[in-house]
Amino acid sequence: MRRKRLRTLQRVFGVYLPLAAFILFALFPFYWMLISSFKGNPELYDLKANRLWIEHPTLDQFRDLFAKTEIVRWLFNSFFVSFLTAGLSMTFGVMAGYALARLKFPGAQAFGLATFITYLVPTTLIFIPLARVVTQFGLSNSIWALVVTYPTFLIPFCTWMLIAYFKSIPKDMEECAMIDGCSRIGAMVRIVLPMAIPGVIFSAMFGFTLSWNEFVYALTFISDPAQKTMSVAVPTELIRGDAYFWGELMAASLLGSVPVALLYSFFMDYFVSGLTAGALKG
Amino acid sequence: METITLAEGVLVRREAWYRRFVKSEALTGYFLISPAVFLMLVLLAYPFVLAVYISMTDRVLGESGKFVWFTNYIKLVQDPIFRNTVWNSFVYTFATVFLKMFLGIILALLLNQDIPARNLIRGAILLPWIVPTSLSVLTWLWMFDSLFSVVNYILLGVGLISRKIQWLGDPTWAMVSVIIVNTWRGLPFFAISFLAGLMTIPRELYEAAEVDGAKRFRQFWHITVPLLQPVIAVVVLFSTIWTFADFQIVYILTHGGPLNATQIFATLAYDVALVAGRIGEGSAVSLFLFPALLVVIMFMLKYLRRE
Repeated sequence: MRRKRLRTLQRVFGVYLPLAAFILFALFPFYWMLISSFKGNPELYDLKANRLWIEHPTLDQFRDLFAKTEIVRWLFNSFFVSFLTAGLSMTFGVMAGYALARLKFPGAQAFGLATFITYLVPTTLIFIPLARVVTQFGLSNSIWALVVTYPTFLIPFCTWMLIAYFKSIPKDMEECAMIDGCSRIGAMVRIVLPMAIPGVIFSAMFGFTLSWNEFVYALTFISDPAQKTMSVAVPTELIRGDAYFWGELMAASLLGSVPVALLYSFFMDYFVSGLTAGALKG
Repeated sequence: METITLAEGVLVRREAWYRRFVKSEALTGYFLISPAVFLMLVLLAYPFVLAVYISMTDRVLGESGKFVWFTNYIKLVQDPIFRNTVWNSFVYTFATVFLKMFLGIILALLLNQDIPARNLIRGAILLPWIVPTSLSVLTWLWMFDSLFSVVNYILLGVGLISRKIQWLGDPTWAMVSVIIVNTWRGLPFFAISFLAGLMTIPRELYEAAEVDGAKRFRQFWHITVPLLQPVIAVVVLFSTIWTFADFQIVYILTHGGPLNATQIFATLAYDVALVAGRIGEGSAVSLFLFPALLVVIMFMLKYLRRE
C-alpha cells in the first residue's frame, strides 16, 4: 500500500509535473495570442483587469482587420505561393529522389551530395545577391519571385526525404512491370509512386509549411503591400511606425497560424513518421 | 542491292544505339534530375558566386561600385560592432543549442513514458515549431512589452520577482529573451527527433540491465546515451547552422538592439546591405556564415560516412 502511494508520488513529481511545465511553456504564447485577439482595446490595455482571462469577448479586432487592411489578399498570397511551390517541389523532388534511389549514372553521387549540402545552406547566406538575380529576371516586388526561389530550399528537402522512402520499397515489382513492357518512368509513376504516398504527402505538406512560414526572402524581395505573404505582411504592414495595435496584430497572427496548425492536426501521424524517418536516416 | 542492305544495317544499328541510349538509365537519370540541377545552379550556385564578387566591391544601393579586393572584410574585422556581432552569434548559438539539447532529452524521455493522451500532447509540444515563426515571435514581443508584459504580470503575481524586468530594453535581458524564444521554437524539433531515436532502442536492453541490478541513471548513461548519440549528433549539427544563421527571431524581437546587444550575422547583414544600402559590405557580413556552414558540412559528412 505504501509502496503504491510512493510510486504514484514518483509519477506525479517525476513525470506529470515536469511534463505539464513543458506543455505550459509550449502553449502559453498561443493562449496569449488567442485571448489577446478576442479582447477589445479598453480591456487589452487595462492594467487592473485580470489579464489572463477575457471579461468581454469581442470580434472587434477581426472586424477592423478585414475592414481596414488587405488581410484577405495576404492570406490568398500565402495560399497561392505555398500551394504552387509545394506542388512544384514535390514533383521535382519525386523525380530527383527516384533517380538517386534507383538509377545508376555518372554524377549521381555528386548530385546527391550537392542536394544534401544545399539542404544545409541557410537562406541568409545568399539573400543579398539573390535579390539582384530576382531583379534581373524582372520579378522583383512580385509574388513570382517567391514562387521561383522557394523551391531552391524545398527541392533538396523533398528529394532527401523521398530517397529514403523509395529505397524502402522493394525493387521486384517495378522490375516485373518493366519486363512486361513498362518504361522506367511508367514503372515509377504506376508502381512506385502509389507505394510512396505517405512520403510524398509528407514532403508536400512540409514544403507547404516551409513556404507559408518563410520570412527572409519575402521580406527582402517584396515591398509592395499587395504582394506580401502573411508571415511578412503582419509584422511589417500592421506595425505602423512606433504604434503597435496589439489586438489587431494578435488576431492577424492567429489567422496566419491556424491554417498550418489545422494541416498538422489532420496529418499528425504522417508528420511524426516522416520527421522520424528524416531524423534517423538524414 | 548490296548498298541498300548496308544502309539498312546501319539504320538498324543506329536505331539500336538510339534505343539503347533512350532506355539507358543514364539518360532517364539526367532527365529526372534536370529541373533540380537547373534551379540549384541558377538560384544557389550563381548567387553564391555573385555574393563573393559583390562582397569585394564597394557597391552601394543604386550604384555599381568598383572592385576593392578584401577591403570590406578588413574593415569589418576592425569594426567593434562587427566584433560584437561575432561574439553575440556564438553566445546565441551555443546557449540555445545547449538548452535545446538538454531540455530536448528530458522532454523526449518524458514523452516516451506511458502517459495518457500521448498523441495530443505530442501535437501540442510540436506547435511552436510548426506555426510561422514571425507570427509567434510577434506574440512574444507583446508578451515582453515594456508596459504590458504578461510575463512580468505573472512573475510579479507569484512573487518570483519584485520589480518589472525590462525584457527587451536591457542589453543582458534582451539576449536572454532572444535565447528563450529560440529555445521555445526549436525545442520541439529536438524532442520529437530524440523521441524517435528513443523508440528504436529495444526494451530488452533495459530489462537485461534491470536484471543485472543497474539503477535508472546508469541505464540512462550506459544504454540511452550511446544509442541515442547518432540522432543527437545529426540534430545538433542541423540546429547549429540554422541558429547561427537565424534572422527572424532577433529581427522581430529586438532588431539587433538595444545598442547592438543582440545583433547577429544575419540581422547585421540585413541592416548594412538593405537598410543602410552598403551592399558590398553587407554581402561580406553574410559570407562570414560560410565558414560555419563548411564546418557543419564537414562534421556531417564525416559522421554520415561512418554510419
